[in-house]
Amino acid sequence: MPKVAVVQYPGSNCDLDALEVLQKIVKTRTDLVWHRDLKKDEYDGYVLPGGFSYGDYLRAGAIAATSPSLKTIREAAEKNKPVLGICNGFQILVEAGLLPGAVLRNTGLRFVCKWTRLRVENNKTAFTSLAKKGQTLNIPIAHNEGRYYLDKDGLAQLERNQQIVLRYVDENNQPSEEANPNGSLDNIAGICNPQGNVMGLMPHPERSSIPTFSPNNKAEGRLIFDSMIRTMGAR
Amino acid sequence: MALVEVQKPNLTEEEMRYAINQLGREPNQVEWTMLEAEWSEHCSYKSSKQLLKLLPTKSPRVLVGPGFDAGVVDVGDGWVVTLHIESHNHPSAIDPYGGAATGVGGVIRDILSLGTRPMALLDPLRFGSLTSPHSRWLFDNVVRGISDYGNCVGVPTVGGEVEFDPSFERNCLVDVVCIGLGRVNKLVLAEARNPGDLVYLIGGSTGRDGIRGASFASRTLTDKSEAERSAVQVPDPFTKKLIIEAVLEAVDAGLVRGMKDLGGGGLTCGLSEMAAKGGTGIEVDLSHVRTREPNMQPAEVMISESQERMLLIIRPDDEKDLTRILEKYEVSYSRIGQVTRDRNLTIKQGQRVVATAPARFIAEALLAVRHAKKPSYLKKLATVPQPEPPEDLNRTLLQLLSNPNIASKEWVYRQYDHEVGLRTIVKPGQGDASVLRLPNDRRLAVTADGNSKRCYLSPYWGAASIVSEAVCNLVSSAAEPLAVVDHLQFGDPSNPEVYWTFKEAVRGIADYLRALNLPCVGGKVSFYNEDSTTSTAIKPSPVIAAIGLLEKETPKITPGLKDEGNDLIIVGETGPEMGGSEYYEHVHKTVGGPVSKVQLSSERKLVKSVLKLIRSGQVESAHDISKGGLAVTLAEMAIQGQRGFSVDLEIVPIVSKRRMPDVMLFSETPSRFVLEVKPEDSPRILRTLKISKHPAAKLGRVQGNNLGFQFRGKTLINIPVSQASETWSQTIPRTMEGTP
Repeated sequence: MPKVAVVQYPGSNCDLDALEVLQKIVKTRTDLVWHRDLKKDEYDGYVLPGGFSYGDYLRAGAIAATSPSLKTIREAAEKNKPVLGICNGFQILVEAGLLPGAVLRNTGLRFVCKWTRLRVENNKTAFTSLAKKGQTLNIPIAHNEGRYYLDKDGLAQLERNQQIVLRYVDENNQPSEEANPNGSLDNIAGICNPQGNVMGLMPHPERSSIPTFSPNNKAEGRLIFDSMIRTMGAR
Repeated sequence: MALVEVQKPNLTEEEMRYAINQLGREPNQVEWTMLEAEWSEHCSYKSSKQLLKLLPTKSPRVLVGPGFDAGVVDVGDGWVVTLHIESHNHPSAIDPYGGAATGVGGVIRDILSLGTRPMALLDPLRFGSLTSPHSRWLFDNVVRGISDYGNCVGVPTVGGEVEFDPSFERNCLVDVVCIGLGRVNKLVLAEARNPGDLVYLIGGSTGRDGIRGASFASRTLTDKSEAERSAVQVPDPFTKKLIIEAVLEAVDAGLVRGMKDLGGGGLTCGLSEMAAKGGTGIEVDLSHVRTREPNMQPAEVMISESQERMLLIIRPDDEKDLTRILEKYEVSYSRIGQVTRDRNLTIKQGQRVVATAPARFIAEALLAVRHAKKPSYLKKLATVPQPEPPEDLNRTLLQLLSNPNIASKEWVYRQYDHEVGLRTIVKPGQGDASVLRLPNDRRLAVTADGNSKRCYLSPYWGAASIVSEAVCNLVSSAAEPLAVVDHLQFGDPSNPEVYWTFKEAVRGIADYLRALNLPCVGGKVSFYNEDSTTSTAIKPSPVIAAIGLLEKETPKITPGLKDEGNDLIIVGETGPEMGGSEYYEHVHKTVGGPVSKVQLSSERKLVKSVLKLIRSGQVESAHDISKGGLAVTLAEMAIQGQRGFSVDLEIVPIVSKRRMPDVMLFSETPSRFVLEVKPEDSPRILRTLKISKHPAAKLGRVQGNNLGFQFRGKTLINIPVSQASETWSQTIPRTMEGTP
């Protein structure tokens, strides 16, 4: 049976939430691993949880990206194991160069905590394989720095490689300006590497994996973890 | 130059004589400074202690009551909930961002001190009018401070309230409630019981920030207060997060024998109170305290209120295990001393003793004798004439919905991470109380309420009605009230008129709690909330935070209207007293008039009956009637459910003989509810209420897309839900973001 590590950095604060969902809802063997203790690639998949690693000092994710744990995670990514970065985890993956672009301060210059609607743009990744293309998922965001940015050429490349996985959309499933909560380029909510085994997203799928916490009583974020586990089992 | 200069201590003549008598000598400079901090109103409760004894504090579920860092309530299956409220009013008035942030940090430490994990925050806030740029600046930065701190430290901010009133123009009130969760067998108290145990100071270093913070908070603000910025501490939520995890790991491993956070009064307060409570003494060497800057004087170290520090008492054998955990989380620490038998607090700098006195003597200040006199202004306020009812009631309702005291607070709670921790089932804006998941399949409802306008006109009934409001918020969320904490915020207690309002408010809270058999498990008093430049005191502002329990099978209930054709029932009798109502204050600019009372004799029975109904599953939605009266209550239900209604005021149960439309629409008489029920259930429900002698009536039904109020064949109000919703939701963001 595959085994997942939720990597804990100083200041991670969604670590226990991700752990609970993986262990009790998705029912996967999961360890909470302190970043300094992640010395060897002993797991089948990795989750970098949300929070404020190192207090967001310098830049969100910048200091955690220098943690030795990233060496292990990079090795795992190269072996095509799934690596998921949620919120601050996404910021860390970008800062570590495992994903392209940058995650900037929200355009409103305020922290935003709300439920968003996401459209699956690519269902051929390790984290969306159970979704249909164009399917929508209701998953909340909670961040101060979630505005994804990339230069023009980079964006074209991202499009070409189908690395845009999730976009913020409105009730008509359109990536409109009003559906964009933070000013993200092209309403981008989540991206992956060209291989589709490393994904980062600003929304929190773990907060949308237990029906009682969802306004619509569904657990649509679970699909991300279920897909990840299925991918790990198939490897 | 040191910040603490040689000067006369800020103590009364009587206190100084008492100190000299007790010690048998003149205290030295360090001792005077320590006494000044610990005997400040902020730390000692010297003006309030006697009166606070009026509050009931016991129930079978209360494990720890007032006098500790937080109250502890048993929620079953070995789990406990801890609860505390704090404010950071003075610091926030001059540095709203830092003041609010460190306020959050302080109350989180109180919860952590008991060995419990902070699981939720609520923020009751009070500012001057939103039309004032100064108040908008305070509001904006207080919310940012709470947001940045709470979000980073990973504790969800799940609720709160905001009240605007010109009396808070210079003295904003920033209160923070923290709720914790832990195991009953892991609880830790702030006591040093065992001589020979070691004293550890962990977390941040000690600096010159927050010097004399407790004394600063025990005076009125002046135009020179701006220069006292050094009395405000510097927030560091990242360090706090590491401390939380390290402390909880140490508690879980059974390493912590006693623990106290360092807040007001700093080391002086922490050390003297732990020794006094444990019946021991403590000896520390200040040369082991990690300071942020060189050459700090012993007096400065003893009263610094630098943030993110905790005192831990451990067995000598556990040193290695403790330091291993602290090092894992990169939390700094130092062993500063040990628990002694001699009951003295002894402060050394290297080999030199710089201060020594009995711990209990330091920890327990002389009670201050205060005089109370009914304020002369009350008589005048009580006889203010009733304003003429307006012609256009559509306009009146829209005015109330756009009133910042009533309008949606979404702009505030969007900035708070209210979901981290996977607990928040009913989120801010979704219910009368927020509802959190507990690990034993039960749920906890939490609410915080205040009403300064009403307390100004009648501190007794105002305070009683705040507790009623909190209880009704729990009940309409299907929760059984468990316990409250109170926060009493007033002006200068040496002013007999201010002290009278304090006394009345405490009596009001105590009488209500006794009537409901509810315990108060802790609280805080904040005096000197006045501005001596303009000689204005705040309106009396007690704030109540309350918790309630939902059982595993209790249905989830929210105020949003659910289904077309359902019946709407009002429970409770509407009275004509509208003093302090938003209708008087906001619409008519009238301050004064009689204040509605709480029916203390029938309240408990009413609350029980309504709770039973709601829990029976026959109620589709429920909302208690509060600010803005019946009209606003129904409008909020409509806005949330995105459905209209049509109701007739003819049969609204009223106290007086005359059926006045404005009274029925806008009166804020406490202890009333609106319930949405299926048409087939309503006769039975009305019968049940009638048998129990609770006034109730069917008002109308959920219908269409308009808010519709009829009376005697005439349409009083008819507004599209969409228009009401727009008005209600846009007021605060438009004001704060300056969008057209």
